[in-house]
Amino acid sequence: MSLTGISPTLPIQAQKSSLRWAVSDVLTIARRNLLALVRIPTSLVFAIIQPVMFVLLFRYVFGGEIHIRGLDYVNFLIPGILVQTTIFGAIGTAIGLAEDLQRGLIERFRALPMARTAVLAGRTVADLIRNVMVLIVITIVGVAVGFRPGGGIPHYIEACLLMLLFAYCVSWGFAFIGLAAPNSETAQAMAFPLIFPLTFASSIFVQVSSMPHWLQGFANNQPVSQTADAVRGLMLGHPVGSSVWISLVWSLGAILVLAPLATARFRRAA
Amino acid sequence: MSDYAVEALDVVRTFKDGEVRALDGVSLHVPTGEVFGLLGPNGSGKTTMVRILSTILSPTSGSATVNGFDVVKHPDEVRRSIGLAGQYATVDENLTGFENLRMIGSLNHLPKSFVIKRARELLEQFGLSDAANRTCKTYSGGMRRRLDLAAALVANPPLLFLDEPTTGLDPQSRQDLWAIIENLVEGGTTVLLTTQYLEEADRLCKQLVVLDHGRIIAEGTSQQLKTRLGNTVLALTFANTSDANLAGVLVKDLSDTPANIDGTVVEVTVANGPAAAADALRRIDAGNIALTGLTLREPSLDDVFLSLTGHKAEEEEAPIAEDAHSRSPRKARS
Repeated sequence: MSLTGISPTLPIQAQKSSLRWAVSDVLTIARRNLLALVRIPTSLVFAIIQPVMFVLLFRYVFGGEIHIRGLDYVNFLIPGILVQTTIFGAIGTAIGLAEDLQRGLIERFRALPMARTAVLAGRTVADLIRNVMVLIVITIVGVAVGFRPGGGIPHYIEACLLMLLFAYCVSWGFAFIGLAAPNSETAQAMAFPLIFPLTFASSIFVQVSSMPHWLQGFANNQPVSQTADAVRGLMLGHPVGSSVWISLVWSLGAILVLAPLATARFRRAA
Repeated sequence: MSDYAVEALDVVRTFKDGEVRALDGVSLHVPTGEVFGLLGPNGSGKTTMVRILSTILSPTSGSATVNGFDVVKHPDEVRRSIGLAGQYATVDENLTGFENLRMIGSLNHLPKSFVIKRARELLEQFGLSDAANRTCKTYSGGMRRRLDLAAALVANPPLLFLDEPTTGLDPQSRQDLWAIIENLVEGGTTVLLTTQYLEEADRLCKQLVVLDHGRIIAEGTSQQLKTRLGNTVLALTFANTSDANLAGVLVKDLSDTPANIDGTVVEVTVANGPAAAADALRRIDAGNIALTGLTLREPSLDDVFLSLTGHKAEEEEAPIAEDAHSRSPRKARS
C-alpha cells in the first residue's frame, strides 16, 4: 500500500462563480439521493408501487361504493392520487435527512467547501425529480384503468406543475422534521400524523360534501384540498374557480416560512 | 503561513446553555509535517476539538486558526485546506466506492477529470480497486475506514483530521491504516489524530496532548510522556485482599505514581520493569507475604489516566476534590 506520487499540494480548483458552484453542489447531492432511491428496493416500493396499489384499491375495491355526480369515479380519483403521491413523497425527505444526520454524512458535508444550502436543496430537488417520474408512471397506470382527462395536454401539464410546486414547498417542512428528529424512525413517526389528516381529510378521494359537517370546514379550506381541486379541474377541463390561485399562495407561503426554518435548523443541527 | 498547521488558543465549547463544558480552555500548537495526537477517553473532548477545527462547530470562546485561516472568520478557506475522516465522518452506503470519492471531489469543487483520475488512484492505493464499483453497504469495517480516509484525501489537503481512525477495527486493518498514515506524513501531510489507544499514539504521534474532561492534563513528546508515566505496569497478584493491601504499602514507593489496588491485584507503573519486579519481590518476601502471580505489561490508557489524574479513564467521577467543580456529565459524542 504505497502512496508514492501523492504530494500534499492543492490542485487548482476549477474556476466558476459561486452561484454556479452552488448549482453544481445541489445537483451533486440530488444525484446521490436519486441513486439511493434506485438502489434501496424499499424506497422504490414506497415511491412507485404504493401509489399504484392506491389506484387499484380505490378504483376496484372502494370505488364501486363512491358516487360522484356527473363524473366517473376513476376520473375523480386519479388527479387525487397524483396529488396524494407527490405529498407522500415528502416523508422520504424527512427520513432521508434524518438518516444522513444519524450516519454522520452531514458532518462530512459540513467540513467541505460546498454551498451550505446544497444539502437541503439537493434533497428537495431529488424529491422533485422523483415526483416527476411518479407522475408519469401514475398517469400511465391511470389511463390503463380508464382515466380519461378531458382538459387537454397543456392543462394537464399545468396541473402537474402546480402540484409539483406544492409538493416541493411542502417538502421543506418535512426537511425540517427530518433535521429535528433524533433518528429516521422518529422522523417517520412525526411525519405520518401530519400527512394523514392533510391527505385523507381532503378532496383527494371523496367529495368533501360527503363528510360530516364538522370536518367540512377543515377539509374544504386546507391547502391539499385546494390543490387537489385545482389539479382535478385543470385535468378534466372543469372550471377551477379560485383554487389554482389559492394553491399557489399556499405554496409560496409554505416555502417562505418552511425553507428558512429548515435552513436555520440545518445550521444548528450537529 | 506560520510553522503551525493548527493553532488553538484557550478554546471553550459548552453545550446545553453552558451546563456541559465539553472543552474547557484547550490550547494546541500543531507543527506542520508531523502527526500530532489528542489522546483521551470517550467524552474527554477530542471529537469536539476536531469538530471545531474542521468548522463543523463554532467555539463558545477562544480562537483557532487552521493553515493560517481563522475557523470562525474564514471557514471556507479552512474547509478547502483540510480533510476529515474518522468514526463519525462516514461514507454513503448506497453509493459505490468510486461514486463516493467522485461526490466528495465534486463537492470540493475540483475539476471533473482530476477527480476521476484521483479517485481511481486512491482506490488503487488503498486496495479498494476490486470493490470500486460495489455499494459501500457490502464493505467490511476496514474497507469503510480506508474509503473514508481516501475521501478525506481526494482534494490532497495539506492537513488531515483523523478522529479515532482505528476505533473498532481488527488488528490487521489497524496496522494497514497506520501504514497509510505514516506514508502520508512522509509525503508531507500534517495529521491531527485523536485516539483512545496509547499504542496508536505511541506508534504514530511525535507530540501529543492528553485530554480529560475537556482539559489538557499532560503534553509532550511520546517519549517524554512515557518517561513521566513509566513504560511498564507491574501487576502483582495475591491470595487475598489483605495480603494485597499489605503489599500495596510495601511497593508504594517503587513509582512516583500511585499504586492501584483492585481486589487481590496490585498494579504499579514503573520505568524499569525487571528492576522494579526484582525489588518488589525482595520487599514482599521480606514482608512474609505469599505472591501468587506477577506480570509485566505495557501501560494502557487506563494506567495513564490513573497516573495523571488518580482516576481511571472510564470513571464518571473522580475522588479529587480540588477540581470537582469542573466535572461535567459525559456527552456520548462530545
